[in-house]
Amino acid sequence: MEFFLNRYRNLTVLLLAILAQLVLLAYQVKSHGEVRLIRVWAVGAVTPLARALETGRSGISGFFSDYFVLLDVREENKRIKKELDRIQMENQYLRTELDTADRAKSLSIFQAHSPSKTVAAHIIGNATGSSTDVLVDRGSTSGVQRGMAVITPDGIVGKVVSVYPMACYVLLVTDPSFAAGVESQKHRVHGTLKGQGGSKVIVDYVQNEETVEPGEWFYTSGDDGIFPKGLPAGPVTVVRQGKSLKEIYVTPSGSQSGLEEVLIVVEGVHAPIPNAPAPSEPVHLLPPPPSEPGADATPAPAQLVPLSDADRVVEKYRKIGEAEKHVYGERGTGAPNYNLVPDSPDAAAARKPPPQPDTKPPPKQ
Amino acid sequence: MNELITQEFTEPRKKDRVSKFNIAATIGIPLAAILFQVYVPQFVKYLAYLELPLLVTVYFALMRRSPIAGVLIGAGIGLAQDSLYPSHPIGMFGIVNTLVGYFAASVSQRFDVENAALRGVLAFFFFFFHQFFYWVLARALLGEALDFDLQQTLVLGVLNALVAVPLYHVLDKLKITG
Repeated sequence: MEFFLNRYRNLTVLLLAILAQLVLLAYQVKSHGEVRLIRVWAVGAVTPLARALETGRSGISGFFSDYFVLLDVREENKRIKKELDRIQMENQYLRTELDTADRAKSLSIFQAHSPSKTVAAHIIGNATGSSTDVLVDRGSTSGVQRGMAVITPDGIVGKVVSVYPMACYVLLVTDPSFAAGVESQKHRVHGTLKGQGGSKVIVDYVQNEETVEPGEWFYTSGDDGIFPKGLPAGPVTVVRQGKSLKEIYVTPSGSQSGLEEVLIVVEGVHAPIPNAPAPSEPVHLLPPPPSEPGADATPAPAQLVPLSDADRVVEKYRKIGEAEKHVYGERGTGAPNYNLVPDSPDAAAARKPPPQPDTKPPPKQ
Repeated sequence: MNELITQEFTEPRKKDRVSKFNIAATIGIPLAAILFQVYVPQFVKYLAYLELPLLVTVYFALMRRSPIAGVLIGAGIGLAQDSLYPSHPIGMFGIVNTLVGYFAASVSQRFDVENAALRGVLAFFFFFFHQFFYWVLARALLGEALDFDLQQTLVLGVLNALVAVPLYHVLDKLKITG
């Protein structure tokens, strides 16, 4: 036996090992038993390693996942920023285009309605070192000549000072060497508009005795031979009494909304200075309220509110005429009593019919 | 001439050389292989076809060149593998790996198992043997009606052999020299 075991030792060990495992297997199969101890040892031995592996794996995986997610987020952020920049630039461009279109539209409307013949031009640059001379893209080939007026629908801008075939320089109203004849809208006061180098211009040579009100508009008078009469120059912002001449500061209206497109007046036609407020000051009026039910369908006559001294005088004379039953312009009625105060009791008495003469025939003597 | 004869008798032939590993490698490598088998296929399903515990059993059996050591290594790795499969009776992989370890050690006594090509062939052969014998045991002892896909087994055998050659080369570095 010993010899046999020595001679076949390897085979014996193999058979014993297999036999032992077969018995273990048979035990499990037959009894549906669980060899819990072996599993507990095995799982107990493996679990810490598995946990360490899982921790390492999840950590590394999380790191790379976060890294790539962040990388993606960063890329996405860059892309969105770039897109936003592009859209903002596009938006800005479209706004500019819209503004340009609006200006071009108002320019073309003004050009169509203006009695003067004008040429539309774009400002393409400033003169070197100057903010009061600009270069525009119209020159002698477009009929532009030196000394021509340059305007916008809002007012005068300047005058052409040098002309080239394809471009010309325009001296702006703000330049100290600029001058133009102007006339105030309300009191028809004449003066000379002069640039100051800043945003304001002055109207010179207006006597202290003359009346100029703040907010009053000055229009070109046509005296200078450059600007046709009737173009807005700007509203008065400050009026002061000087030594002998008034100090009048005006905001030039032609360049208030930015200068990009202008009109060069190639054939000026004088126009009257309008009585209405300047066209650049639109007044918004609401529609009349709807008539209330039961109210008189016929509208009440408009109450005339006297606006000026002359209006008040006319209104006073009208009332005196009514009080004295005088019809102005009728021959043979004489003049009414102009010293009568219309709303006084005397006027009311005057409105009463005169006492009727006694119609009874006198008793015969 | 005498020197040559002396060298012939003092240095063991290549096929008789027994490789030794330190205790950490002896325990750690099979444990890592089993952990790989249990753990990695959860994340990479295709790696379930890689029978690392079997390949490690073959390697240690070949290197130890002792059938008894092969039996013990195979039984140990097989039983450990069994114990980590809860729905699996303990002993199935144990018996198969015991046989693999025994035969691998027996082969190593007759051939130069340092050769990469031979290692590849042996890995392929023992993988096929392992799969086939497991199928036989499962049918015979447990009565399980498992399918044996010959074509798939051959292909997987080749893949395992392809993995085994570089793996054995890496494991060679862990041998104790001298």
